[in-house]
Amino acid sequence: MKIEIIGSGIVGLSCAAFFTEQDCDVTVISTSNGPDESCCSWWAGGMLAPWCEMESAEPLIGELGLESMKFWEKFTSSYQKKGTLVVATSRDLPDLKRFGRRTENWQQVKQNEIATLEPDLADRFTTGLYYPEEAHFDPRQVLPELKNYLKNKGVIFQSNTSLSTQDLHAPPKADHRIDCRGLAAQDHLDELRGVKGEMILIKSSEVKLSRPIRLLHPRIPLYIVPRENNLFMVGATMIENENRSGATVRSVLELLSAAYALHPAFGEAEIIEIGVDARPAFPDNLPRIIRKGNTTYLNGMYRHGYLAAPAMAKRLVEQVLGYNTTTTPYEQANKPALSTGSM
Amino acid sequence: MKFYDEEISSRFLIGTALYPSPAIMLEAIKASRAEIVTVSLRRESGTEQAGQNFWSFIKDTGAKVLPNTAGCKSVKEAITTAHMAREIFETPWVKLEVIGEDDSLQPDVFGLVEAARILTEDGFQVFPYTTEDLVVAEKLIAAGCEILMPWGAPIGSGRGLNNIYGLRSLRAHFPNIPLIVDAGIGLPSHAVAAMELGYDAVLLNTAVAKAGDPVLMATAFALAIESGLQCYQADPIEKRDMAAPSTPVAGLPFWNQDHA
Repeated sequence: MKIEIIGSGIVGLSCAAFFTEQDCDVTVISTSNGPDESCCSWWAGGMLAPWCEMESAEPLIGELGLESMKFWEKFTSSYQKKGTLVVATSRDLPDLKRFGRRTENWQQVKQNEIATLEPDLADRFTTGLYYPEEAHFDPRQVLPELKNYLKNKGVIFQSNTSLSTQDLHAPPKADHRIDCRGLAAQDHLDELRGVKGEMILIKSSEVKLSRPIRLLHPRIPLYIVPRENNLFMVGATMIENENRSGATVRSVLELLSAAYALHPAFGEAEIIEIGVDARPAFPDNLPRIIRKGNTTYLNGMYRHGYLAAPAMAKRLVEQVLGYNTTTTPYEQANKPALSTGSM
Repeated sequence: MKFYDEEISSRFLIGTALYPSPAIMLEAIKASRAEIVTVSLRRESGTEQAGQNFWSFIKDTGAKVLPNTAGCKSVKEAITTAHMAREIFETPWVKLEVIGEDDSLQPDVFGLVEAARILTEDGFQVFPYTTEDLVVAEKLIAAGCEILMPWGAPIGSGRGLNNIYGLRSLRAHFPNIPLIVDAGIGLPSHAVAAMELGYDAVLLNTAVAKAGDPVLMATAFALAIESGLQCYQADPIEKRDMAAPSTPVAGLPFWNQDHA
C-alpha cells in the first residue's frame, strides 16, 4: 500500500515508522528540510513522564505514554531512564502533597535522598517525590535519528514542499494520505486550537543534573531537563493563544526564576535560546484520529507529543490497514475514539 | 439581584483559568450553573486573533463575561487591560484587580480606588477586588463602584474566610450594595459561610479548576452557595449558651419530680 504522510514532526515520523513496519511504501512530504524549528516537536522537553502527567492529564495519556515508552526505549540510544524528581519551594509544599495524591509510582525522598539522586541539589530541598520509572531524551537528537532510520528503511522524504489548499483537497497520489500537519491542519479540523508554549535553553557548567526536575508552580508545569554539553531546557508555559511571534518578558522571567530557585548558580548560566511555538490541541486536550475519505488525520497532541505519538501512530496504522499489527503489553481495550466524516 | 443594570439569578461567579482542558472547563461551568464567568485578559489574550479560539469557548457557554485585570500591578496597566477587555467582549463590566504585593497578591487599595474612579468616569462598570477595609470600601463607592468584592483570603490560598468579623462589618455597613466574596475560597463550606453572612454571591476559580474532579467540585459549590443563600433568607436562629428543648417540657409527666 502506498502512503503519503504530510508533516515531518514527531507525529508524521511516528506514523512513517509504523507504516514502514507493515511494508507500506511511505512518502513524507514536509514544508521544511527538518527536523528543525518549524515543528513543535523541536521545542519539546523530551520528558517521558506518564506518571507525573497524570496530575492533570486524562488517564488515556498515561496508557499511551506507557506504550510509547516501550517504543522509545527500543528505538533510541539517547533514552535515559533516570526517573523524575519533583520538588517544591517551601511556599508551595501543599502543592507537593496534592501532586503526590493525584499521581502514582513515586517514592517520597528526604533531603539526604535528594542529595544522593542530585548532589547539586543537596540542602536545597527538604522533601520531594521521585518517579523512578520515568525517562527523558533530547528531541533534537531523536528527531534526526528517527528520520535517518526511516530513510534507511526506504521512506522517501519530499522536503521543502508546500502543498496548496487545492493540493490538500485533491485526492492523494498514494492509496491513503495521513495528515500530520499539527496546527497547520486548522484549515481542515475546526476544533483544533493552538496553546502557546515558551521555553528557554541555558548553558551552565556549574550545575550538574542527571534527570528532569519539576519545580511545582501554582499555574504551569515548570521543569528543567538536562541535556548534553551542559545545556538545560527550561519549560514550559501554557497560554491559551496562538501567537507565536515571541516570548513575553513575563514568561521568560517566570521560567528563569524557576531555574534560579532550583539552583542559584543558574543565575550565571548563559541564555542560548528562547523558543516559542503553539501546541495543536482539541478541546479535551486529547489526541484524535479523524478519517475523512482516504485522508486520515492524527492531531491534537497538546503537550504530549513524544508521550502519545508512537502509540497513536500504531492505532492509526491499524485503522487504516484494517488489522491489528502486533500486540503489546500495554494494549488496552480503551482506545481513543475514531471519528469519521467526509470532506 | 442586580449587578449594575443586569438581573442575575445565580449567586456563583466562576473563573476560567487553570482547568485541565477547555472541555472540562465548559462542563464545570455548566455544572456550576453560573451566569457570569470571569476571564483573565492579560495572559490569554495576546493580540487580535491570537486568542480567538479560547474566546469562542467562553462565548459558547452563553454566560455573561466579566473580564478581569488579573496580574496588573499598576493603575495604568489595569486601565489598558480594561480597555482591551471592553473592545474584545463588548461589555462595560470589568473586574478590577490592582495587585500590590507579590506574596499575598493583596490588592493595592490606593491604586484600586484611583483606577476605579478613572474607569467609572470612562463608562465602565467596575467590580473592584478589594480587602474588607471599610474606609477603602467607602472610597470605592465614592469613586463610582456599585458593587464590592472583598477577598476571603489571598488568591489561590484556599484558606476560606480569614476575617469573618471584618466581612460581617462590611455587610452591616453596606446593606444595599451587592457584596461578593472573591478569592481565597477552598471548600464549599467556605462558600456557605460567606453566603450565611448575607453576602450576595461568591466568586472563585482555583478551588474548582484545580480539584481532582473539577466538574463534581463545581456542583458541590453550586449546592453550597444555594444552601448558604437559602439559609440567610430563612433567617437562622441565634446561638445560645443553654439547651433549649424543642418540645414543651412542662407537659411531660414527672417533669418536676426532682423538685418534688
